[in-house]
Order: sequence, then C-alpha cells, then structure tokens
Amino acid sequence: MFRFQHTSLRRRVALAAALVLSGSLALAACGGGGDSSSDQPAAKTVSQADIDKAMSTPTDLTFWTWVPNIQKEVDLFQKKYPAIKVKVVNAGQGGPQYTKLRTALKAKAGFPDAVQIEFQYIPTFSLTKSLMDLRPYGAEGLKDKFVGWTWQQVVGSNGEVWAVPQDSGPMGMLYRKDIFDKHGIAVPKTWDEFAAAARKLHAADPKVYLTNLAQSQAGVWLGLLWQAGVKPFENTGADSVKVDLNGAESKKIADYWSGLIKDGSVSTDADFNDQWYQALNRGKYATWITAAWGPVFLEGSAKATSGKWRAAPLPQWEAGKNVSGNWGGSTTAVVQGTKNPIAAAKLAEFINTDPESTKMFATQQFLFPVTKSLLADTSFVDRPLPFYGGQTVNKLFAGISDTVDTKFQWPPFLDQASSDWGETVGKSFANKTDTSAALDQWQDRTTKYAKNQGFKVGQ
Amino acid sequence: MSVNTTDRLGTRAPSRAEPRRRGRGVSHARTGYLFVAPFMLVFLGLLVLPLVYAAYLSLFQERLIGGTVFAGLDNYTRALTDPRLLHGVGRVGLFFLIQVPIMLAIALFAALAIDSGLLRVAKGFRLGIFLPYAVPAVVATLMWGYLYGQDFGPFAQLADKLSLSPPKFLSSDWMLGSIANIVTWEFTGYNMIILYAALRAVPHDLYEAAAVDGAGAIRTAWSIKIPALRPALLVCLIFSVIGSFQLFSEPQLMQRLAPSVIDSGYTPNLYAYTLAFTGQEVNYAAAVSFLLGAVIVVASYAVLLVTTRRSRS
Repeated sequence: MFRFQHTSLRRRVALAAALVLSGSLALAACGGGGDSSSDQPAAKTVSQADIDKAMSTPTDLTFWTWVPNIQKEVDLFQKKYPAIKVKVVNAGQGGPQYTKLRTALKAKAGFPDAVQIEFQYIPTFSLTKSLMDLRPYGAEGLKDKFVGWTWQQVVGSNGEVWAVPQDSGPMGMLYRKDIFDKHGIAVPKTWDEFAAAARKLHAADPKVYLTNLAQSQAGVWLGLLWQAGVKPFENTGADSVKVDLNGAESKKIADYWSGLIKDGSVSTDADFNDQWYQALNRGKYATWITAAWGPVFLEGSAKATSGKWRAAPLPQWEAGKNVSGNWGGSTTAVVQGTKNPIAAAKLAEFINTDPESTKMFATQQFLFPVTKSLLADTSFVDRPLPFYGGQTVNKLFAGISDTVDTKFQWPPFLDQASSDWGETVGKSFANKTDTSAALDQWQDRTTKYAKNQGFKVGQ
Repeated sequence: MSVNTTDRLGTRAPSRAEPRRRGRGVSHARTGYLFVAPFMLVFLGLLVLPLVYAAYLSLFQERLIGGTVFAGLDNYTRALTDPRLLHGVGRVGLFFLIQVPIMLAIALFAALAIDSGLLRVAKGFRLGIFLPYAVPAVVATLMWGYLYGQDFGPFAQLADKLSLSPPKFLSSDWMLGSIANIVTWEFTGYNMIILYAALRAVPHDLYEAAAVDGAGAIRTAWSIKIPALRPALLVCLIFSVIGSFQLFSEPQLMQRLAPSVIDSGYTPNLYAYTLAFTGQEVNYAAAVSFLLGAVIVVASYAVLLVTTRRSRS
C-alpha cells in the first residue's frame, strides 16, 4: 500500500510540477460564447442556524481531487455529518483537471461542488469568478490555525478567502552525505559557499554535479525568487497586474546560476523524466533543491540511494539569514455556482482543519502539513526517516515552513508564464546562453500576453 | 453508393437483381440513404459540426479580461505573421521533404523484396516490418526516448565504453532527424503493406510476358511493378503529407526529454494545442488549425499536380 501511495504521489507531483497539460483534444468544447459573469453573492455571513440546517439536510456533494485515498478523510467528514454524502472524483492531476473544470464551468453543467486547486492556480480561477468567497461560511475564523504564508496564499486582494490550504512545499535542500564526505565538502550555508562547492566538486569528479537546475522547471525558479524576496507578480486590481521578471534582483540570481551553468559546474537536465530518475539513482547530482514533499518523493524514486541522503535548509543570500520559498502545495476550494455552498465550504474546512483528518493527510498521504498544530505535533516532527540516515526531516521542514515569505503572489495566467519561462530562461540554461537577456525576453512575452488578454500591465 | 450495392448484388445473382433495380428505383434510393445514415450522422456530428463551430470560434477573441469580442479575420492575420507558426510550418515542410522519400523508398524496397518470392522467410519479414505500426505512437516515442537518452541510454553507454563522446540525439541539430527516425520506424510497415497489396493485384500475365521477353527480376521490378504501383504510391504520398504536417504526438512527448529544444511552436499542431490549453487562446488556436488545414490541402494538391504532370510527360 505504501508503494502504491508513493507512485501516486510521484505522478501527482511530477505532473503538477512539470505543468504537463494533456487531456482530451475536445478543442471545440473548450470555447464558448461570451457570458455575462454571474455576480458574486453579497458577502453576507451565513448564520449558525442556516449552517446547522444545511448540515442536517440530506445533500449530495461532488469533490474533485487527485490526492490518493482521500476517501479516508472524507469518511471522517461523513461520519460527523451523516446527512451529507460526498462523491470523490479523480478528474486528473493538475493540468488535466483544470482543463476539465474550465470546460464544465463553461458548459455550466457537471462541475463539482468542491475542488482541489494548487496555490499557484488560485488567482487563475478566482479571476474567472470560478471560486466562491468562503468568508460568509466562517472561513476567516480559520486563519489562526494555518501557517501564515499558506493562509496569505488563499486570500484575495479584497480579503476574500478563496480556499482552505491543504498541503505545502516549503523549500529546502536534500544532499548526498556520502558524496559530500568523499570530497570534503561542508554543507553550504550561503549561495557563495554553494557556488564554491559546485566548482570544487565538479573539478574533482567531472561526472558529478553539485545540483541540477532543471531547464524545464519554472516552479523551482519561482521558488528561488520567492526565497530572495523578489515579487515577480503582483495582482494590483481586478484587471491589472504587475509583472517584474527582469528586475535587478532577478538578474542577480540569473547571473549567479548562469555563471555556474556556463562553466559546467551545474547541470540543467529536464526533471521528472526517466533520465532524471536514473541520474538521481546513480549519483549524478549531489543535491536536489526541492520542497517539503521532496523527501518522501525521493524515497520512492531513488531507492538505490537509501541512507545516503540528508536534508538541510536552502543556502542563503545573506549569511546568518534564514529565509525560504515554496514550491507546490494544494488547497480545497468551493466552486462558484454550487447548489450546496454551505456543505461544500464545511467539507473544505473539515478535512483541512480536523486534527484527525490533517494528521491522516500527513502520515498516510505524506502531504506536508499547513496547520500550526500539526507542525508542532511531536509524533509528526520527531519521526526519524531511515532513508535520511534517521534524520528528523519533518522537523527541519517544519522549521523552514516558518521562514517562507508571506507576500509572494501568483499571476492569473500562470500556465502561460511558466510555458514562456521554459522557452526563454530554461532555454538559456540548456544552451548556456545569457540568462539575463532571456529574462528580458520572458518579461516581454509575458507582458505581451497579459496585454493581449486585456490586462493593464504595470512593472 | 446505391449503384454500387446493386452491382455487387448483380454479380452474385444477376437474374434477380437486374429487373428489380429498374422497377423500384425510388425505394432503392431510400434504402441507400438508410445504409449511409449511420455514417453520415457520425460524420456530421463529429466532424462537420465541430469544424463549423471551430470556424465560428476563429472569428472571435475571448480575453481573460473583457470577455468575447468579434474579431473578424484578426486571428488569421495574426497567424499569418506569427513567426513561431511560420517556423513550425517550415520545419514540418522540411521534415516532409526528407523523411517521406526515405520512408517510401524503404517501404517500396521491402514490398518488392517480399513480392519477388526470393525471400525464404517472407511472412516473418513482412510481420516484422509491420509490427512497429501496431505499437502505439506514444509507446514508440517513449521507447525511442529511452534509447536516445544522453547519459544512460544504450547508445550513450556504448559510446562511454568505447570512450567516445555520446551521440547527441536530443540536441537541437539532431532532434528533427531523431523524430524522423521514429516516424520512419513506425510507418514504413504501414506503407509497405499498401504497396505490397497493390503488387499482388498486378496481373500475372504481365510477368509472364516480361519473362518471355527476357526480363530479369530487376528489370521486371523497374519496368512493370513500379509503374503499376504509381497509384498506390500516390496514396502513400498523400497520407504522408497529412501525417507530416500534423506531426504532434512524437514532438509532444519528446518535449519532456528536451524542453529547450522542442518549444511550443516546434510543429504547427503542437503550437495550436499549446495556444488552446496553456494560453487559453482557443479562438486563435482555431484560426491556426484552419490555416494548417489550408496548408495541407495546398500541399496535397501540389503533390497531386506534380505527380500527374510527371506521368503525362
């Protein structure tokens, strides 16, 4: 059973992270005439009596999610509210699910009541008025249960609560202790130390790279920007967005990495494909810059290296500082147009805040928790992982979770921005060309797209 | 259609079918329509209607902010000046010019070899060369993707053992050739079967006459078989035009292995797909698809024109 969960998680992460967009080629079905956007219902608080009534009225809910075996958590909800029957549907992982959701919303039929949405896609769907503001259902009261930055991720520009956080991916560094020891490399604390170590390691063994900065992975790049406090996107209004992809801070990071890439000390292989899995298993990369879901994921995909890995925080730009970014993570949202908003909102609330349910997510589905109580729970954080030589990796990442900047924002057109990243910045990694110039291109393409889509674009 | 049906009946039972056709022409026509109805319904519902709808969509622009507006031919003028689309069309055109002759030459050679009767294991050979066609394109591409692997693929490992530098199958210079190789591997067998079937239909008296005239196997192949294959070759060629210009699954899957080489505009179909599902520019994608359809029609017509002119001269 554990193995099954690993592969599912792997697929989930791989698909989500690689932003693979497949799905049916029902091109025609995705279009549609213009429809006047249905107005948000006034944010009027629903009374407790209404909630009690709704939760005791027999109701059927549909919940789209790709978390494996989530039925267990849903069963807890159904046990508490026997009148509510929840139908769990796996409508695809990441991209394919979003495509289906858009299609169903267009058709105004067949959409779920509640749906799994990754953090980075919340603006994409709130912009199209596809999500319900959960404030009337008491969502604001949940704020204190969650780690600050994860809550910020679900809050809209006017204070709307678009979803309830489910899991997260604060970033850290997994490294091969055996390789570090063999070449006398200390765990780098700053990015300067990291660069020196990268050059030293590659000189000592040209077949090994200190890390691989995947040419296909916009998520890591954005996570690294996040760590450095860069704000590439800001949603400044309902129809305006700030795009700053080639500012001085970004260029500094770009120069740093393109220096390492150009002298060959860091590889740029595409990730989450066979080649990459084999490289991890065979020790081509001495570190993997990843997120809190990475440790369990790696355990499933690099079995040959068990016991050789350790975890550490990300190297820092300023010695002595302690900040990180985030890569990945999901939420549960309620779909605008549902006939059962109260029950759906309570489902989102229950599975992501109930102590038993959240613990199940962390220990059975290995989702990295977002609730403060679980991140302080010793049975979770003090669990030693044999794959990491018995290190208490969860504790490390729980600590990192507190150091994630709260103000990072996602654009309402992430798919396009990520795709353009690969064709500009990612390409410059692969071809060892000027990354700084590639940032200008990325800025240019993204701005053009946003303007074409009717946004007012600031810089 | 209805005439065909009666003709077939006619060959089997001439005495009964002949008078009936004359006497009940109208009801026969009705029966004919009844027979084609299932096909026509599916054809209209799943092909013509979506096409019309896509054509309709291509005249609008739907934006994330501001909704849908009528755009007239704006999407088409944008597409005609879109360098990414034009590069993609150029690339598949090049692909067609290089890959298709190689593939058809191999298929022709294999069909002639099997038909010559000189092969001992003709059946096994025929099956072997056809087998790749039975492998789904996705599986084939994943398999070749592994073989092409830069670090751990078998070719790379062999090169490593011989201390040579491994071939860069996935680099931008080699990629089109690597994809051409996959496509050739997949479709040679298919084309061979078409050509072989056409060869079986050549009347045997021609061969006998050639033998009487003193023609050997090669002379027979050159002067009788290949001319007789012209219509079949033309069919293969037209299919290949369509296949080349619609190249999609191979580059789409290879994209994961070499994302910086295969960008979203690598082939026109891949571009339309990315526009629709990544950028949500469904309307523009519809216009691109229509223009691609037009390119295919023109290319197919050009092929027909060139080949018929050559056969006349």
